[in-house]
Amino acid sequence: MTAASSVTQTAQSSAILPGQGGWTGSLSDKFWRNPKLLLILMLTPPALWLGIIYLGSLFALLAQSFFSIDEFSGMVQYDLTLKTYGELFRPANLDIIIRTVSMAAIVTVAAACVAFPIAYFAARYARGKWKALFYIGVMLPLWSSYLVKVYAWKLILAKEGILTWIFAKLHLTWLLEAWLAIPIIGGYSLSVSYTGTFLVFLYVWLPFMVLPVQAALERVPGSYIEASGDLGATPGQTFRHVIFPLALPGIVAGSIFTFSLTLGDYIIPQIVGSSRLFIGQAVYAQQGTAGNIPLAAAFTVVPIVIMGFYLWGAKRMGAFDAI
Amino acid sequence: MARHVPVTNHPIGRHPPPSLATRSPPRAGGLQTTGLPMTNAVSFSSVSRHFGTVRAVDDVDLSIAEGEFFAMLGPSGSGKTTCLRLIAGFEQPTSGHIEIFGTKVENVPPYRRNVNTVFQDYALFPHMNIIDNVAYGLMIQGMGKAERHKAANEALELVALPGYGDRRPGQLSGGQRQRVALARALVNKPKVLLLDEPLGALDLKLREQMQEELKTLQRKLGITFVFVTHDQGEALSMADRVAVFNDGKIQQVGSPQDIYQRPQSRFVADFVGSSNVLEPGFVKQLTGKNAYASLRPEAVRIVQSDGHAATVTGSSYLGGTTRVGLALGNMRINALIPADQSVPENGASVQISWQENELHLMEDAQ
Repeated sequence: MTAASSVTQTAQSSAILPGQGGWTGSLSDKFWRNPKLLLILMLTPPALWLGIIYLGSLFALLAQSFFSIDEFSGMVQYDLTLKTYGELFRPANLDIIIRTVSMAAIVTVAAACVAFPIAYFAARYARGKWKALFYIGVMLPLWSSYLVKVYAWKLILAKEGILTWIFAKLHLTWLLEAWLAIPIIGGYSLSVSYTGTFLVFLYVWLPFMVLPVQAALERVPGSYIEASGDLGATPGQTFRHVIFPLALPGIVAGSIFTFSLTLGDYIIPQIVGSSRLFIGQAVYAQQGTAGNIPLAAAFTVVPIVIMGFYLWGAKRMGAFDAI
Repeated sequence: MARHVPVTNHPIGRHPPPSLATRSPPRAGGLQTTGLPMTNAVSFSSVSRHFGTVRAVDDVDLSIAEGEFFAMLGPSGSGKTTCLRLIAGFEQPTSGHIEIFGTKVENVPPYRRNVNTVFQDYALFPHMNIIDNVAYGLMIQGMGKAERHKAANEALELVALPGYGDRRPGQLSGGQRQRVALARALVNKPKVLLLDEPLGALDLKLREQMQEELKTLQRKLGITFVFVTHDQGEALSMADRVAVFNDGKIQQVGSPQDIYQRPQSRFVADFVGSSNVLEPGFVKQLTGKNAYASLRPEAVRIVQSDGHAATVTGSSYLGGTTRVGLALGNMRINALIPADQSVPENGASVQISWQENELHLMEDAQ
């Protein structure tokens, strides 16, 4: 029998194929008839995980912030009160909040500025192996341990480190010293200054900014940029009116990462930087050594509230219009 | 469309740089016969554009007159779109010179050329509503909001989309987006309007309607239109002149009638309206000349006697006509016969004939 005639015969045999049989076959038929059943089956496990384990524990933590600690006995009093939130506004605690939020804002802006050209190159020009190289270059730092990277940076930034050596070789030691002499951002060496903390934050969170911005730019066809130029816009105007607004959702997505990760981190400021606390460190100290769970919980609420306002503001500014 | 935007010499347009500011009044249309040098909107002199080893545009000479509706026709990869991009300034020639209204445009960036493009994918900005899309060019020039919105609304009326300003590009159909892209280009009152297969994404009915409208619009505005298409019907029905491209070269430039009735090469005969190409051997018997000849399918008639013997190889019903495939010796000949005429069966031996003047000699046989 030739292949052609076998094809013809099968076609003639019946218009409806028999069921596959077995429980997988009947399950496939069932799911095809009830697509919602499949959806429910697929969504239930993650919904349980998110709902009970993740959100549940978060709410349990938040509930703690409405309790207070008895200053005399150090015991948690389970009466609803806003007293703990009041403590947040004590100058020492307010300092921590302002310090952390300022650092998060500066890191976010710097990350956006550094990430944009990289992402733009990757989205518009890199093809084939250059694109692969870009992904490896951006992702590679994420493959090594976070602690190793931070300690490596401590060595790089130290007084005896390679940065000081490079500045010396370039006869720019005066510049480094002038920078370190600036109050607040300066210090004895980069590794114990806010500048050092900033550099490490910027390095560690940069991939989280590059990737969303690259994804957003990837969706901007070249014809938009050509059309803008065609309509008389200089490259600068095209950037302002077309590229930037279309990349904005990506920048906002990236900034949510960099901003919230900086708000919550407690390891980087502990290893690199001055000894002054950030929110994450405050939470760590309050729930650990101090045993003040309510204040730790109240500190945890701060980044959540700030991120809420941040997203609300971003939405009002039209950051999500191009999604 | 009662109102329309007066286009040329409008006081508010993009002010081109002095080197490009040659705003002469538009010609009344038609070809000049006075012997005076005609204003060329665009001229190419031995322009090439190579991408690596690929010669996308290869030594092209071309001149497009002001006020002309000029079509660039060719299969994909024939270099027609690259030519358009060279005029727009998105590409720079590898060699040769391009002039727009007599000014050499080497190293003139797209944003300094008073030339606008309607893109194949329309390239409407998704983060702006329709009115801001149309007013984009005017906004870039620094025109006030009220004024540019007024101009944009007029342009939207010109393309029969009044009141669509508040919508987003995503909310419009393909045909509507195409009109918005047209309005966005026209509102800048360009000296040359470039259209890159703008009707390609539309269905047949809408495409025919838009062809009609584009032609009317071009006559009304008097702007030079350069239109790229791979659809020969579109090129023939709309353009004043057509350039047929193949392999980066222009095969033939002429009026639609010239191109259709008197193709100069086998490629043009075949690509434009699928003419029959007669082999030199056969043509020599008929005319004494050793050359290829073209024969329109509608010129071929099936006759009772005194014709050339041919065999019917197939037929397809096209509505108004029936296309009959015939084998004449080793040549395949298509004939278009009116639908009311009876169609001979497959394999039937028939006689075919044509008027002597329907046969057009083309390139010589090598």
